[in-house]
Amino acid sequence: MTAYILRRLLYAIPILIGVNLITFTLFFVVNSPDDMARMQLGDKRVTQEAIDTWKAEHGYDRPLLYNADAPRLQRLTDTIFFEKSLKLFAFDFGRSDSGRDIGYDIRQRMWPSLAIALPTLLVGLAIAISYALMIVFFRATYIDFGSVVLLVAMMSISGLFYIIGGQFLIGKLFHLVPISGYDTGLEALKFLILPVVVGVAAGIGSSTRLYRTFFLEEINRDYVRTARAKGLRERVVLFRHVLRNALIPILTGVVAVLPLLFMGALIIESFFGVPGLGSYTIDAINRQDFSIVRAMVFLGSVLYILGLILTDISYTLVDPRVRLS
Amino acid sequence: MPVILITDALIFLLIAVGIVFGLYAARHEHLRGPWRQVGRSPVAVAALVVMLFYVGIGVLDSLHFHPRIEPLAEVGSPAATVNEADAVTGPDGKTTPDEQGTDASGSQRSAEQAQEITQAKDTISAAEPGASAPTYSTQIISVLDLLLSGLRERQEKTFSAPFATHLFVKEAIEQPDGSVVRAYPRLEHGGAHLEDPSQRSFDLLFRGLFGAIKGLMVWTAIMAGLIALLGWRRRQSFNDTATALWRGETAVPWRVVLITLAIMLVLSFTAAELGAKYHILGTDKVGEDVFYQSLKSIRTGLVIGTLTTLVMLPAAILLGIMAGYLGGRTDDVIQYLYTTLNSIPGVLLIAAAILMLQVYMTNNADQFESLVERADLRLLFLCIILGVTSWTGLCRLLRGESLKLREVDYVQAARALGVRHSTVIARHILPNVLHIVMITVVLDFSGLVLAEAVLSYVNIGVDPTMNSWGNMINSARLELARDPIVWWSLAAAFLFMFTLVLAANLLADVVRDAFDPRLRSAS
Repeated sequence: MTAYILRRLLYAIPILIGVNLITFTLFFVVNSPDDMARMQLGDKRVTQEAIDTWKAEHGYDRPLLYNADAPRLQRLTDTIFFEKSLKLFAFDFGRSDSGRDIGYDIRQRMWPSLAIALPTLLVGLAIAISYALMIVFFRATYIDFGSVVLLVAMMSISGLFYIIGGQFLIGKLFHLVPISGYDTGLEALKFLILPVVVGVAAGIGSSTRLYRTFFLEEINRDYVRTARAKGLRERVVLFRHVLRNALIPILTGVVAVLPLLFMGALIIESFFGVPGLGSYTIDAINRQDFSIVRAMVFLGSVLYILGLILTDISYTLVDPRVRLS
Repeated sequence: MPVILITDALIFLLIAVGIVFGLYAARHEHLRGPWRQVGRSPVAVAALVVMLFYVGIGVLDSLHFHPRIEPLAEVGSPAATVNEADAVTGPDGKTTPDEQGTDASGSQRSAEQAQEITQAKDTISAAEPGASAPTYSTQIISVLDLLLSGLRERQEKTFSAPFATHLFVKEAIEQPDGSVVRAYPRLEHGGAHLEDPSQRSFDLLFRGLFGAIKGLMVWTAIMAGLIALLGWRRRQSFNDTATALWRGETAVPWRVVLITLAIMLVLSFTAAELGAKYHILGTDKVGEDVFYQSLKSIRTGLVIGTLTTLVMLPAAILLGIMAGYLGGRTDDVIQYLYTTLNSIPGVLLIAAAILMLQVYMTNNADQFESLVERADLRLLFLCIILGVTSWTGLCRLLRGESLKLREVDYVQAARALGVRHSTVIARHILPNVLHIVMITVVLDFSGLVLAEAVLSYVNIGVDPTMNSWGNMINSARLELARDPIVWWSLAAAFLFMFTLVLAANLLADVVRDAFDPRLRSAS
């Protein structure tokens, strides 16, 4: 097991190098730091001096890959590639274009993101599984048909609609909870309700429909027929046999997204003014703060690969037939 | 003078590919069978009819051209007063196409210039029409713009509610006796034909009914034509065919087709009739008709949904099959490639690429002739980036399927007989994975349309000057804070998007059920 995990972790390294190269190409080769400085300074007729000062301030005043002027080893380290891209491997994110420490910001903003993403995931999972189970219990009836139509309709509604509609309905019309904002400690609870409700509502359509197909796949299996032939009641068959086996694909799917929960929900956070990583990313995109975007790309890739590894491990834990190789 | 934007060219290419593929599928039973099954599903045909309307509007909006300008006269005729000029540009709706084109070109300029052009046109048409060589406006418009030029030109000052006769915000109005009152002023165009605004509901009812009747008449004509055609093909009398059709006894559910068609036709004709005199979905902040914006956004949504798949298909098919069929080192490299691309969060990759494009565009602004071309290039680029982030799923599916197919007897036999790899792939592998490609194309469509809205909201979507549902939502959400709220822009964007995505989702369901052999054997 340990050897397998180690091997998987080693395998992640070339992928991360690939990610790093792609972001480096996107950010520094497609447009030179000069172009970026010009964009940040906002004017087409910026003097070269102003550009040079901006570059020096933000550490872009080095050669891209190879510094011929520096002594020995620094020929390779005193470059943009080393400073801005390679240092990401040590989780040294550097400073944002506005001068803040990105690593500190990420550590601070991680928790509000998690506080929204985790309840959304758990509540959504509970609702989706029970609803899917109910549909399967009433399969091939009008409840089944109506539910599927409802789910498809819910899937077809834009996520933005849930956010705007939820904010309007719950926050403005009924004045139940504050529309947006965030607080520390227990006070945060009342700010969390609305984003969580909206997040759950937006995801319920597709996940319930997916789980329904999982259940239906299991229900045609031989062991279910055997269980019925034994004279078990439908309720017992569903809960003890079908649910347990269908949980395998459901849980492994959930495990894959677990690490990404830290990244937060982009739109929901920025809409409800939650100071999480999602709104951090959106703000960075809007302010065109490339350092933050670069850091988030790297972080996202690391978490994604972590999710892949966790999925493989969890497969072996819940399904003994799967062997690690 | 026709203009072909890059996305236009790709749309026509896509249509051509679709036709070729349709002909190919019609001659191969393993593809024709599932499609026949799709055609027999009532849900699918209803969805298809709705999508046909959307596609029709999208295609009309893809035929771009530079409108012709009549040459300006040296001095405008003094006789042509402002009132006369207004009468020509006024919301007539039944002007000749030529006049509409000229008017449309003028609307983007300042009002003064527009009047000048109209005046000039009056003088020229009076004196000697078409004396000099035709000149073309630098502006690019589409055939849809031409058809909707009435909607496009009737701009108000700012917000107005659907079917409103008065502006949404109060303004200082000078009364005839010289005093100034703050009140809601009448709209310049919406309901301007009404002497007394209180007659509005009667007028709305009357015009709505008139439009509905027009729609029903067109529908009756189409229905009669369809029944006649069906009857001719089945060698039945007209009455027998009609009875069979309305009892739902035909293989293809024509009854559902006709009912959906009736709903769509009545809706569009009523909208057209009312739209000629009112802003049926209100106006936005700068007074532009929301209904017009929603219709223009259809093309953007369709382009994103279809071109993205078109862009990614070659890479996904080629690499997926190669990885699965050839295996070994090739497989490793391709797997590495898509795992790497997949591990970058999609939104961030798009954001990074679009940010870089923005930097490039600001620094090379002189390369783009017009705003439309610039927006078009950005749209194409967005499609490519979305394609880069979404080809991996299909690639993985194809790899798995070709891995299985490689071991199948007939492929082994072909290899043993010395058939080249390329031939095996083309003759044996590709035809057997086409159904996966088709399911993915249909399934991805709705997701991409929805993604456009979210991306535009984050400002990394289509160009802000381009009409799209995402941009409509983005600009309208700030107005929700108003009291009473301005809801119509949002509602219109969501409604149009919902209809398209719902139709696509329903169709995708049926297509998947028809093509997925696993599901077919289960049911």
